[in-house]
Amino acid sequence: MQVKLAGIELKNPVMTASGTFGSGQEYSRFVNLSHLGAVVTKGVSIVPWSGNQTPRIVETPSGMLNAIGLQNPGIDVFCERDIPFLRQFDTRIIVNVCGHSMVEYCEVAERLSMEPVDLLEINVSCPNVKEGGIAFGQDPKALAGIVRQVKRVARQPIIIKLSPNVTDIKEKAKAAEAEGADAISLINTLTGMKIDIYRRGFVLANRTGGLSGPCIHPVAVRMVYEAAHSVDIPVIGMGGISVAEDAIEMLMAGASAVAVGTASFRDPLALERIIDGIEEFLDSQGVEQIQDIIKVL
Amino acid sequence: MMLKESCTVLSLDEIEEDIYSMWLSSQAIAEEARPGQFVNVYSRDRSRLLPRPISICETDPAQGCFRLVFRVAGAGTREFASLQAGAHTNALDVIGPLGNGFPLAEEKGKRVLLVGGGIGIPPMLSCAKVLQEDAMAVLGYRSRAFLQEEFPQACPVFIATEDGSSGSKGTVIDAIRENSLTADVIFACGPKPMLRAVSAWAAKEGIPCFVSLEERMACGIGACLGCVCDSNTLDRHLNVCKKRVCLEGPVFLSTEVKL
Ligand SMILES: Cc1cc2nc3c(=O)[nH]c(=O)nc-3n(C[C@H](O)[C@H](O)[C@H](O)COP(=O)(O)OP(=O)(O)OC[C@H]3O[C@@H](n4cnc5c(N)ncnc54)[C@H](O)[C@@H]3O)c2cc1C
Ligand SMILES: Cc1cc2nc3c(=O)[nH]c(=O)nc-3n(C[C@H](O)[C@H](O)[C@H](O)COP(=O)(O)O)c2cc1C
Ligand code: FES
Repeated sequence: MQVKLAGIELKNPVMTASGTFGSGQEYSRFVNLSHLGAVVTKGVSIVPWSGNQTPRIVETPSGMLNAIGLQNPGIDVFCERDIPFLRQFDTRIIVNVCGHSMVEYCEVAERLSMEPVDLLEINVSCPNVKEGGIAFGQDPKALAGIVRQVKRVARQPIIIKLSPNVTDIKEKAKAAEAEGADAISLINTLTGMKIDIYRRGFVLANRTGGLSGPCIHPVAVRMVYEAAHSVDIPVIGMGGISVAEDAIEMLMAGASAVAVGTASFRDPLALERIIDGIEEFLDSQGVEQIQDIIKVL
Repeated sequence: MMLKESCTVLSLDEIEEDIYSMWLSSQAIAEEARPGQFVNVYSRDRSRLLPRPISICETDPAQGCFRLVFRVAGAGTREFASLQAGAHTNALDVIGPLGNGFPLAEEKGKRVLLVGGGIGIPPMLSCAKVLQEDAMAVLGYRSRAFLQEEFPQACPVFIATEDGSSGSKGTVIDAIRENSLTADVIFACGPKPMLRAVSAWAAKEGIPCFVSLEERMACGIGACLGCVCDSNTLDRHLNVCKKRVCLEGPVFLSTEVKL
């Protein structure tokens, strides 16, 4: 089940999706973190962010919208408390990085260069913050700039997390690769909106939110396929994975690893079930190693 | 380790129009739950992903079961209300007990005023059963009362209805004034406007007031930050002025949060 991402070996290809698993502490009551390929943390910024007003979440058919707004305690608390916590487990640590500006992304990456973390995931695709986030992911020039700058200061390999809210994902994937990104991950959430027809108002305080969950899975598979077939760097696939079969589709579409987010909300053991399910699939299909089902289409 | 449990629906009764009382099996929840804690109940329909938080109304550790009282508010609660009791095929997935609950142990020996509004009354019943003669309850309804006859003998109950059909006409505040009630501490659960009014009254009287808040939840265990409320002080864990209703709450000191 081992896979390699930018020179880093993972014991299996299943990781948490950023923002759905905190820094692992809360879910460690349900899940043995040492069973996971990697823990990807909630986005962390140079100073604490308070995020958006509530309501921040709303259920939609087979999915949900969220507009958390990247609330996080800031890099200092994160380094003092969350990294030592995660170090107790035999898993890889991937830190999701966010910022309002180029400088802020670089400051976080620089601060993390001394820390025992394995990879950085640069979130240029959050639809829920006004400045930064998605703005960097949608403009190819800004995207190229941020990859170049972060790459300069980062000691660990970097993953660029792409937004699906673009017309051409191939172009964004190539731009990230050209500037030296070590891997890309996708998809972040799709921007959506929910209206309360009785109150005649928006359900979310932020008006719009990011759609995640099983309803986005086919879109995610298509985008992972397109991205994986336009670059040579590894791709981490995510979006609506809730059972092993969904993860296997992603791997076949071209992902070297997968992340599971919203599914953990419904079933805190989803990650473990997906890992076991992939293993069973390989056994039942007589597949020797996981590489034999990656990018087979 | 905590588990998502599949709980058999032991009984289900409509106790008032659109208000249901449900007993579910779970030895662990029956033994561990404290008044004011809640469980997250998952829909059997896989297209409804998110949990429905419902307060624990009562527990029966001897029988290994616990009780929920809920109002049909949408598709999820309508589904729960349509289940068949007894049949094992009608089990519900539940995670709990969750949250902090009311500070019964800390406030032991004090005279507690329990204030419940509408569907905020069920957790007040569980408080009353523990506190007995230390408690007094004020229950506010729109019109028809429910659960009021289940409060223990030892606990005086005052009722307010908006239409005046029973008890004081008006809100819980009207009932408190009419009956000149006072206490050492207040526990309140109900709609936001009621919580605001009760905590304003409590502040004026100099009585500490604990309120139970509602917010939409995704993970229910503190990981997603979907359910936060604004707090007046920096939260030690979050490092911003917010608190997680599912973990630091749902019960807060009224001066600790922005209502
Ligand atoms: C800590 C806590 C304790 C609660 N205790 C009780 C109780 O004892 N009895 C009772 O009847 N109700 C209680 N509620 C409210 C109850 O959770 C909602 O009425 C229920 O989730 C509605 O679900 P639905 O599918 O019927 O409605 P829908 O409107 O279809 O629900 C859609 C989504 O919004 C969420 N949602 C809707 N209303 C609320 C709300 N008021 N609070 C939180 N999430 C909401 C649902 O969970 C679901 O994810 C409590 C809420 C909280 C936060
Ligand atoms: C509540 C919530 C918070 C999220 N926070 C972040 C975040 O901080 N950084 C990030 O890059 N993506 C974030 N995401 C996006 C997820 O990591 C993931 O890309 C997306 O949800 C699709 O996967 P899923 O359908 O398995 O959830 C968040 C998603 C949710 C639902
Ligand atoms: S519901 Fe996820 S943090 Fe409270």
